[in-house]
Amino acid sequence: MTVKEFFGCTFIAYGPAFALFIFTIAREPLRIIILIAGCFFWLLSLLFSSVLWNIVWPLKDQLAFGVVFSVLFQEIFRFFIYKLLRKADEGLQTFSDEPPTASDKHTIAYVAGLGFGLMSGAFSLVNVLAMATGPGTVGINGDTPYFFLTSALMTSCFILLHTFWNVIFFWGCDKRNFPAVGFVVGFHMLISCLTLIRPLQPATIIPAYCILLVTMAIAYKLVGGSVNNLMAFLTCKRAGYASN
Amino acid sequence: MSQYNSGSDSEHCNERTSLMEVQVDVRSGVGEAVTTQRVSRSSGRRSQQIQESTPGGAEGREAGDGGEDHGIRHREDEEEEDTEMTLKYGAKHVIMLFAPVSLCMAVVVATISSITFYTEKNGYLIYTPFHEEGASTASKVGDSLANAAIMVGVILVMTVFLVILYKYRCYKFIHGWLILSSLMLLFLFAYIYLGEVLQAYNIPCDYITLAIVMWNFGAVGMVCIHWKGPLLLQQAYLIVISALMALVFIKYLPDWTTWFILGAISLYDLVAVLCPKGPLKVLVETAQERNEPIFPALIYSSTMMWFVGMADSDPEAKKKKKKKKKRRAEGDAQAAAPAGAVGGEEEGGFGPDWNESRGFQPTRRPNRGGNASDASVNSEDARQAAQNLSNGRLSPSGNQQQQQQQMEEDEDEEERGVKLGLGDFIFYSVLVGKASSNGDWNTTLACFVAILIGLCLTLLLLAIFKKALPALPISITFGLIFNFATANLVTPFTDALASQQVYV
Repeated sequence: MTVKEFFGCTFIAYGPAFALFIFTIAREPLRIIILIAGCFFWLLSLLFSSVLWNIVWPLKDQLAFGVVFSVLFQEIFRFFIYKLLRKADEGLQTFSDEPPTASDKHTIAYVAGLGFGLMSGAFSLVNVLAMATGPGTVGINGDTPYFFLTSALMTSCFILLHTFWNVIFFWGCDKRNFPAVGFVVGFHMLISCLTLIRPLQPATIIPAYCILLVTMAIAYKLVGGSVNNLMAFLTCKRAGYASN
Repeated sequence: MSQYNSGSDSEHCNERTSLMEVQVDVRSGVGEAVTTQRVSRSSGRRSQQIQESTPGGAEGREAGDGGEDHGIRHREDEEEEDTEMTLKYGAKHVIMLFAPVSLCMAVVVATISSITFYTEKNGYLIYTPFHEEGASTASKVGDSLANAAIMVGVILVMTVFLVILYKYRCYKFIHGWLILSSLMLLFLFAYIYLGEVLQAYNIPCDYITLAIVMWNFGAVGMVCIHWKGPLLLQQAYLIVISALMALVFIKYLPDWTTWFILGAISLYDLVAVLCPKGPLKVLVETAQERNEPIFPALIYSSTMMWFVGMADSDPEAKKKKKKKKKRRAEGDAQAAAPAGAVGGEEEGGFGPDWNESRGFQPTRRPNRGGNASDASVNSEDARQAAQNLSNGRLSPSGNQQQQQQQMEEDEDEEERGVKLGLGDFIFYSVLVGKASSNGDWNTTLACFVAILIGLCLTLLLLAIFKKALPALPISITFGLIFNFATANLVTPFTDALASQQVYV
């Protein structure tokens, strides 16, 4: 376990999220506060799920039980932060000088989702990373030597997933579109339960990333993106102008 | 204590703020043996009281119209806009507090995790005579409670002493005290810290280099903190000394005692700020009566005090002004209001409170803050100048126009800022540092987020209640709850999950 591995895994896991933070959130004080609120709510959900896990001590070894209820608690707290942010929406509107647009709602959902994701990623990986700088050999007892790498990849996946799930969830709650909400909860449960299949660890990464891509596409569609927009962005066309 | 400095900008915003500062002194002995060296660190426990910012007049928003008849209509619009502006600038202020608090906590956590010196128990302060050597929980709890009671008692005595000194205008004594304590921090504690860092990283260094480095560090620090200096440097030094103080507490307080002291200090802060006869309230009120800043050397400020040019015709008026406003008795506000109401509309951004503050609370604050003695010397001049200006406002429109232009120029240069007492930095850092000393990063992160949320909530409560509130209780309570909950409940769960590579 080397320092190189430590840095590599840190950047794999937190790179995209950090980039998102720097480019979209760091300059806006209000978004930072919403981010921290998202972190806090995820923390609360984890606290509740840990309390439950500790209380029901006969089932302590059955992580599946803990996982299922943790997912449920997270979704419940996602709903709570949705309620809180929508209630505060009016107040938040007064902060911005521009007239309110639909994209503000999506921005708030995105920021809160990133908060959720960051905290989730931090709690999953930070102790593991701390151990990565210390002495030891990974997989010396026959386990996979790619423990850190796969952990980092899954963490990155989950951070982004939480972000997109939040956007879809908030949209679904706004439009009273319960299939969307169900989609989020269902896929969250699916992915978390997939990770329970321990020996197949590398094989859970591919489905997870596929689901990430699907969720990303859905979220992008919901906030008003389309293939045309995407192509315009990629070919650096400005809106309303044809490229030369 | 945190205060909002109102400055005006093109948004025409005004704030009335009530200054509430909590002053608690701590004398810390250093080293294993009982020392007779009593250097007090009066900044040690500056609890944070949020100085509310209730924007006063926003008549300036309707800038351009003169005349008293607009005054009443404007007031209604004012209040709405005031709330908006409060909230808007509230978010910025929160972030201005987040950054230094996070930085201080990060420094402490980094030190604790890399340098084992600060987690070794090599003796205790004389204020905690019970060293928790008993084996049973009950004896430990008993010892810790006794220690915490002694500490809070010492702090209370120090505060009362300081209040008495302040009331009887023994400024020289107070300043000597402050200078002595910052000398100790900047030289002695920093020297020890540097020594430990060099030791931990196995870096050899000769005494001559060390002497030069320490001398420069300490001397520049003293100048920056007590006199003038670049803002960033001042802020950096304040963060450094808060971190050093927090590290001293983490090292020299027994484990359980630290937690009990954190709880006790929060309670003390709550009581001392909200009770009518609390020493802190008395201190603040006295300072307000005299229109002086309270020990500005011990407050972290996030913004520069810019020049505010007053009327061209009055060269004396060109003084740097402190943007901090104090909300005094209602009477004062109302007295100033008529004078300001007219002027407020003219100047496009200043309301009665701004004028009031100029009239009543003018101090020369070159950067973050001068000394009370400086303030008193210059306050007369500035007050005179402000009076001239106010009088000038009421004079024919020609003058007003000129002054308005002058004002607006300067408004653009002024910035809003926020101040925070160093005691809050110290106690937040103690909490997070202690949480991280177990080696568990989950707990550290949880405490960090909890403290930040506590800070947010306190500022929100402030905006709702419009009353000075102590900020230490909420953050510390959250921090304590999350520390113990995470360490005992969450960490086993997340460890189990991480070892099985299960993601929730």
